[in-house]
Amino acid sequence: MRKVLAAVLGAVFVLSIAGQAGLTSAATQVQLPRDETLYVGGGLWSQPNNFNPTVSWAAVTGTIGLIYETLFLYDPLKDKLEPWLAESGKWINGNTYEVKLKEGLTWQDGKPLTAEDVKFTFDYAKEHSGLSYSPIWGWLKEVKVVDSKTVDFIFSEPHYEEWKYWLYNIAIIPEHIWKNIKDPVNYANTKNPIGSGMYELYKTDQMRFILVRNDKWWGIKYYGKPAPKYIVYIIVYSNNLALSMLVKGDLDWSNFFIPGIPDVKSHYGIVTWFKDKPYHLGINTAFLFLNNQRGPLNNPEFRRALAYAINPNEIAQRAEQNQVTPANPTGLLVQYPVFKKIYDKNAVEMYGFSYDPKKADQILDKLGFKDINGDGYREYPDGKPLKLTIEVPYGWTDWMEMARVISENLQLVGIRVDPKFPDYSKYYEDITKGTFDMAINNFGSQVYATPWEWFNWLLYPDVTPIGKATYSGNWGRYKNDKVSELLHNINIEKDENKKIQYYHELQEIFLKDLPYIPLIYNGAWFEASTQHWINWPTADNPYALPISWQNYWQMGGLKVLLHIKPAKAPTVQTSTTSSGSITSSSTKTPTSTSTPTTTSKENKGICGPAGLLGLALLPLLLRRRK
Amino acid sequence: MSGIKRYLMRKSFIYALTFVFAVTIDFIIPRLMPGDPIGVLLSRFATLPDVANYLHGYFMKAFGLNRPLWQQYLSFWNAVLHGDLGISIYYYPKPVAQILKEALPYDLLLLLPSIIASWIVGNWLGAYAGKSRRFDSYLMPVFYFLQASPYFWFAIILAYIFTVKLGIFPISGAYSYGVIPSFSWEFIKDYLHHWILPFLSLFFVQLGGWAIGMRNMIIYEVEADYIRYMESLGASERLLMKHAFKNAMLPQITGLALQLGLIVAGNVTVQVVFSYPGIGYILMQGIMNQDYFLIQGCFLVIILTVLIANFTIDLLYAIIDPRIRHSYTEEGG
Repeated sequence: MRKVLAAVLGAVFVLSIAGQAGLTSAATQVQLPRDETLYVGGGLWSQPNNFNPTVSWAAVTGTIGLIYETLFLYDPLKDKLEPWLAESGKWINGNTYEVKLKEGLTWQDGKPLTAEDVKFTFDYAKEHSGLSYSPIWGWLKEVKVVDSKTVDFIFSEPHYEEWKYWLYNIAIIPEHIWKNIKDPVNYANTKNPIGSGMYELYKTDQMRFILVRNDKWWGIKYYGKPAPKYIVYIIVYSNNLALSMLVKGDLDWSNFFIPGIPDVKSHYGIVTWFKDKPYHLGINTAFLFLNNQRGPLNNPEFRRALAYAINPNEIAQRAEQNQVTPANPTGLLVQYPVFKKIYDKNAVEMYGFSYDPKKADQILDKLGFKDINGDGYREYPDGKPLKLTIEVPYGWTDWMEMARVISENLQLVGIRVDPKFPDYSKYYEDITKGTFDMAINNFGSQVYATPWEWFNWLLYPDVTPIGKATYSGNWGRYKNDKVSELLHNINIEKDENKKIQYYHELQEIFLKDLPYIPLIYNGAWFEASTQHWINWPTADNPYALPISWQNYWQMGGLKVLLHIKPAKAPTVQTSTTSSGSITSSSTKTPTSTSTPTTTSKENKGICGPAGLLGLALLPLLLRRRK
Repeated sequence: MSGIKRYLMRKSFIYALTFVFAVTIDFIIPRLMPGDPIGVLLSRFATLPDVANYLHGYFMKAFGLNRPLWQQYLSFWNAVLHGDLGISIYYYPKPVAQILKEALPYDLLLLLPSIIASWIVGNWLGAYAGKSRRFDSYLMPVFYFLQASPYFWFAIILAYIFTVKLGIFPISGAYSYGVIPSFSWEFIKDYLHHWILPFLSLFFVQLGGWAIGMRNMIIYEVEADYIRYMESLGASERLLMKHAFKNAMLPQITGLALQLGLIVAGNVTVQVVFSYPGIGYILMQGIMNQDYFLIQGCFLVIILTVLIANFTIDLLYAIIDPRIRHSYTEEGG
């Protein structure tokens, strides 16, 4: 009986290992060489299982950028669209944009990448609605191949601004493969995706994907070889875990918000963008969305009172440990040149606001919101109790803290706002359907090659009525015909000066109406370990935006890969154990061959099974003795 | 022979009925959650409102969520009977069956060894405690402590001590990020290193229950007439214990059947604690992201494992306990 059991157990064990092992034969290497492998985290939250660049929203981070490539990159630090697959691109007349491709482009299977592939990529989205960029065909008329290196995009109504966004967001796909794929929306593309990029997909499983360098990459002659042979992009399940991995040198490049960073950074030589506060660049604006369709939030004066009552400094400090900075009253990310050049300082001086609860009190008194029944909270002018809620998804701890701070701030001016933390899916349903009072959100307020994209997200004109879902960022359903007109005009305007004029008008309207309240700039969280890789970008060496999230590779991540270098010969580091908050008893052993299971761990690995064996033997021993 | 047949028929009927009910509940529960599952899938469309609009309709249709509930229910049964669990919304477009297939080995490798090991070890320890007073007084508090701990709580304690404080074991995952699964000592070692804490969580908590059960049964059996009689005949203690142990074993097997559901549920929570990529962890992800099909699939697997295991134990019981066989034979005869 026992023998049978043992046999069954053994069989199960072997079989399931075999199941996991999949195609890997014993011959391939088990351990990735540590000094040639880059461990990255922060942009992967569920198991990687979609490498289809035509559905960029579902594709795993790096699909566009590392495996598939775009015509241009965008560098937000310099506000520059940089040719990538393209050699150059320009408007040759009012409605034609011409792209010339680089010399010697190839796909990873060796076939040449030509103008035909570019044309196919766009035509493919015309054929299949539901791809990320299918709506382009509402204003694009034709893609014409001029010669094997030149493509002309002919527009029916050129959207100059929006086009900039698409230039660095549409990944070119190989015609010889994709012409056979009939239902791209449902196509996961996990089996050997062929792109043109510097990395190829090597392996995926539940908690990571591994890429291997494409040593025949077309770009080597232009940009050189990226240093890491392998990239392991991992899911890290909690910020604390990310921190301890970073400290131990198990994670090289982290794009997580890590609460402990300010305390431990100097002890462990962790690189962040700024040496000191706020440590990170801002990357998007967290807004407090107000439901413009519900009273009393439909009153611009009431909204202004809220803006005066909320203290963004306290939010930055309490919710984000000062790793972020308070937002400008317009919410624009003015630290980036693209926003700076359209920023309207005068409008902010005239219609802006800053934390001033007294002013909030005055406005509310004037509007007739007074505490009639003496419970400490204001009521509607007609005596009805005034009670609002602020929604944030459960588990998003920094946002939950933000919601609490806002609730406390507003309590000080006598407005009752209860924080509400539903599950993410409920939260998302509420904001898309407009069934909320206040909610914090930032899903589309990041830096783009054009501020138009930012405004179009925030003030999206075609909102649906409450109860019907909208998927833009105009969650509170702010409606203003002038705004719609301006957004349209900016998009189709060629003259830069006129555009700036329109942008100024937009900001003025925004500040006057104040549909939503900008809170803070969420950070471009970046923490890097120097144990295995060096030459990370920082404020002193700002060669790229070091973000590895989905759709950010084209905005700097790729350049980071081309610039980082392996750390030199292993130096023995003594472990510093001064900081109490870090809990790692294992000493650091950053030798060049140090791998997740090095000698120090080997003993421990044996320890467990041995203990088990002991436990199993215990009863037998006890019996013998009797 | 017909006795066994009748026994089997009756059991099969009960199990079939349980299955129908369980699957129905499995269908209803996820749909009672507030929120819109497709919305979650589309929440990654921040800057693409037009496409999102189009795709919402597309996905509602593709997942069949636009049909009336009773139609969804019928097609769900149809799919279940054909072994088709649909496509995951959260892990779109991966089929649920494939996700489960990848996760199941991790569960089996945790559950089977922990159940078997804790059952064997627990019974031995319990028997020993039932026999020896001194031993008993030391061990019983420990057993009660173990038995009363919730799985996830015990898992957190272990995680705290062995990973956060001592740093001996990894805290998450089934193997290291830098290791590629293969048939090699290196991989197996790494795997075991990650496996040990989840295993111990399940093992220890179960251990307490078995030990207590066995200890009580032994004390009861030792007082029984047949033992007294044997004792008076001068049988050795070894022989006495052998008989007492055999008799005390039967309720423990029933106990195993009764406990299975709890153990499987415990396994789910332990996996969540250690981010261990088995069904439990997947289920958690499904629930957090309101993935109807994934939740259904996970529960279906759990339902099936529990039912099959119970059924097996019932069969086993009929074989090892002659009284069961006899009762049915007599009725039949």
